[in-house]
Parts: sequence; C-alpha cells; structure tokens
Amino acid sequence: MDKNPLYSEKVMEHFRNPRNVGEIENADGVGMVGNPTCGDVMQLFIKIENDKIADVKFKTFGCGAAIATSSMMTELVKGKTIEEAVKISNKTVAEALDGLPPIKMHCSVLAEEALQSALEDYFTKNPDKRIDLPRLKKHKEP
Amino acid sequence: MSEEMIYLDHAATTPADPAVVNAMQPYFAEKFGNPSTIYKIGREVRGALDEARDKIADFIGADSSEIIFTSCGTESDNLALIGSAFANENKGNHIIASSVEHHAVIEPMKFLARRGFEVTYLPVDEFGQVDPAEVEKAITDKTILISVMHANNEIGTIQPVAEIGQIAKERGIIFHTDAVQTICSVPVNVDDIGANLLAISAHKFYGPKGVGALYVRKGTKMVAHIYGGAQERRKRAGTENVPGIIGMAKAIEIAAGRMENDAVRIAMLRDKLIDGLLSGVEESHLNGHPTKRLPNNVNIAFRYVEGESMLLNLDAHGIYASTGSACSSSTLEPSHVLLAIGLPHEVAHGSLRFTLGRSTTESQISAVIEKLPPIVERLRMMSPLYKK
Repeated sequence: MDKNPLYSEKVMEHFRNPRNVGEIENADGVGMVGNPTCGDVMQLFIKIENDKIADVKFKTFGCGAAIATSSMMTELVKGKTIEEAVKISNKTVAEALDGLPPIKMHCSVLAEEALQSALEDYFTKNPDKRIDLPRLKKHKEP
Repeated sequence: MSEEMIYLDHAATTPADPAVVNAMQPYFAEKFGNPSTIYKIGREVRGALDEARDKIADFIGADSSEIIFTSCGTESDNLALIGSAFANENKGNHIIASSVEHHAVIEPMKFLARRGFEVTYLPVDEFGQVDPAEVEKAITDKTILISVMHANNEIGTIQPVAEIGQIAKERGIIFHTDAVQTICSVPVNVDDIGANLLAISAHKFYGPKGVGALYVRKGTKMVAHIYGGAQERRKRAGTENVPGIIGMAKAIEIAAGRMENDAVRIAMLRDKLIDGLLSGVEESHLNGHPTKRLPNNVNIAFRYVEGESMLLNLDAHGIYASTGSACSSSTLEPSHVLLAIGLPHEVAHGSLRFTLGRSTTESQISAVIEKLPPIVERLRMMSPLYKK
C-alpha cells in the first residue's frame, strides 16, 4: 500500500480506465487547448441534441492528472444541458476526483478550458444557440 | 530490495550493499567517539577515518590530503565551484560550464552570476557532447574556472574530460568535473582527467545517503563554505559523518573489486534494452551518444506520449524509471539536457530514462521490453498528437 500517494484513488481509477476516449466524427463542437511545448494538450468533442450534451469524447497528451481530469470532465458533462455544462469549473472537476496535488491543479484548469473551447466552437457554428460563457479564457493555440 | 520490483533508476540512487551496512554498524553506538577528541575511543575512530580517506584517495589516484568529506555530491559541487571562484576572483571573473551540467552545478553557477561572475555555457552536439575546441575558443584572459561533468546523468553521454583537462592545465585554469555518475562505473583517475576538483556521492555507488567527497588538487585555491571546528583541514567544518564515511569507503572497496565485470554485464543488458525498445516501438529514438555512454544508461524518446503517464503505467507493473517530462518535475520545466541536445519540447516530455544496476537481470530487461510497447500504444491511442 502506498502510504504517500501522488494521486487519489479516484484519479488513478480514471487514469487506468479513462472514460469516453476517442473522437466524434462531425462533432457539433471541438475544443483543443494546451500546448505540446508545455506537455499538456487536450481535445474535447461534443455532440449536442435538444440542447443537451448527448455525447462527448476526449483525447489527451499529458500526465496522469491531465488524463484523469479530461476523463472526469467527460463524465461530468455527458447528458447535461448546455446551461449546466457552462457552469462546470476546474474546481468541480478536481473535487470530483477527490482533489489533486497543488502542482497539478493546472490540469483541471485545462480540462475546464477544453470544455469552454468546445462550447465556443459550437456557438460559433450555431450563433442562435449562443449563451454567455463566463469562464471562457483566451488560450494559446497548440 | 523487494523481489517483485524491477528497479531501473540507479542513477537516482542505489541500495546500500549489505557489506556497507555491516561496516557502518559499529560506528553508530559502539565505536561512537568523536574523531577530534584526544582520548582512546576518539583516536580509534580517527584512525578508521584516515583509513577510509586513504582508500578513497587511492581509488582515484589522489593523495589523502586532497580528499574532503562532505554530505553529498551537491555539497561537493557547491564547495568546489563557489569556493574556487571566490578564492580566485582577483585573477578574473569568467567561468565556463557545459549546458548539460547537473543542477548541483548549474545553480551554484547562477549564484556566481548574480554575484558578478560571467558564466559562459557551452552548447553540446546532438549526442550531448562538449567539443574541446569550443572550450578553448571560449577561454579569455579572465577565465578562472571550467566545469564539465565526466558523464551526464540523464542521457549517459561521457564527456571528453581528459582533453578539456589538458586544455585547462595548459592555460592555468582550474578544471572541475562532477564525477558523481562515473565513479565506480568507469575508471576515474584525477591525473588522467587532469582535474583540480572532482565531486563524488556515495549513494550512487551502493553506499549510504548523506555522504560525499570532494577531491581538491594540492595547490588549488578554494575557500570554505562551512566554518566552525578544524575538521577537513578547515575546508569543511562539522563533526564528521563517521558511519557514512566508513560506508562510502567500503562501497568504493567493493566497487574496486567488481566494477569491470559489472560494466561488461550491465552494458550488455543496456544494449539489449535499447535494441528491444527501439525495435518494439515505432517512432522512438535513443537520446545521448550511442557508444560513448555510461554502461547502465538508457534514455529513449517516445513520440506523441508523455513521460509521467508512461511511468505511472510502468509503476503499476512494479517497474521504476524516470522521465525528462516537465509534468514529473517539481518545477514543471522539462529536462534542460534534452532541450540542449535539440529535442523539441514535446519529445523531451515523452522521454524515459532507465538506469540499470547490480540487481538488474536479463529477465527484468525482457519484462520491460514486453510491457512498455503496449503501454505506449495505449497512450498513443489516447493522444491528439498521434495520427495512425
């Protein structure tokens, strides 16, 4: 037993068995954030039906926390309405994972940015559906 | 060491040899005297320390009076660099170092730069080697110190230290080399290298943690860091770590007897691991020099995947290694060594280092060759950077 684990059991679970890995062809929204230079790139695909996130998939280049936060993000948003999804913050993701080491919190921020970026892509293609994205940050292009 | 564990991080540290632990044991509570005291139990310990010092000096071709005991390799490097720079600043303020030095050399260099010294960092080639001609070109009439490590801890590349030492000697410049990774792995002789200052760390060669040594060639001016009692000829005060020093000397004695055979056996396993991984995983390549390389060092870049996630997967199989990825460093910076040899950041992030040792067996190497490719494959399937 590891008496001083780097990651919580939940993080390790998501790392060992990540949910919703893959791509969605003809996705309604695609967000790609992060930077290979920094060692973290996340790509999120969302499919919208009746203003709900009917399907979501991700691909991530990054460490254990990066993979776990992307996986948890997909689990949190699947089936939610757009209005609910917009509110998901990096803190929600980190809490759902029973916490992250302080030095890894930026991975949860990246997961939040990936979602915001995918939603922004969807709104750009469907301007009539646009709602305010309070958490959207300008990210560096990969 | 646990039997199920496949420990391949010997460059980080090694387990103390049982004979080392036995040699240290009496000096904790039985032969506990302070070696600086005048009575019998102190003098006996002093005698044991002298013997230890002799053993270490002999091993590197030095005189006993040229060996200073420290707490670790990092302390040795700090004492060497800051001590010799300060002692010679009347002669000049220019220092030359390679760009692939260990942080225990780079950080003192940065400190010296903040104090007004000019530091030139020499670039390395794609294999991580310094060119002695470049060293020569960089020398000015203000140069007082050159520091180039004997071999690099990350990519294993062995530097042309003898040639650099020769250049330094001809120009009357102090030459420091961090030999932490080479001592007890390849032959280290202070005259062959031409070193004025040479750093050693016990826990890298099956000795205990918390003890190291610095070789200081007679005539090399160096100021102390740690002041107090008269220990170590007033170059490093403080009651000696007696058990540690005894242990370090024992570890050197053991290494002297088996180093050559170990190097042959371990190099064979190293090459088997390199071949096995490069052929088992597409888009992977070796970092560091293919032949001028430490017998135990394997460092491979795996494109499109990240180091920490590979390590976590290996950890689940009981395989322990390390990575140049930023994500696994406490500073979130990728390895400066991998960047210095020209790797793009994302490739540096995807590099793994395996360093073999005495406990490494052929079946352990086979296990890594078998287990790593599917790990990389699975992570590539998850990576937005990988297009099949």
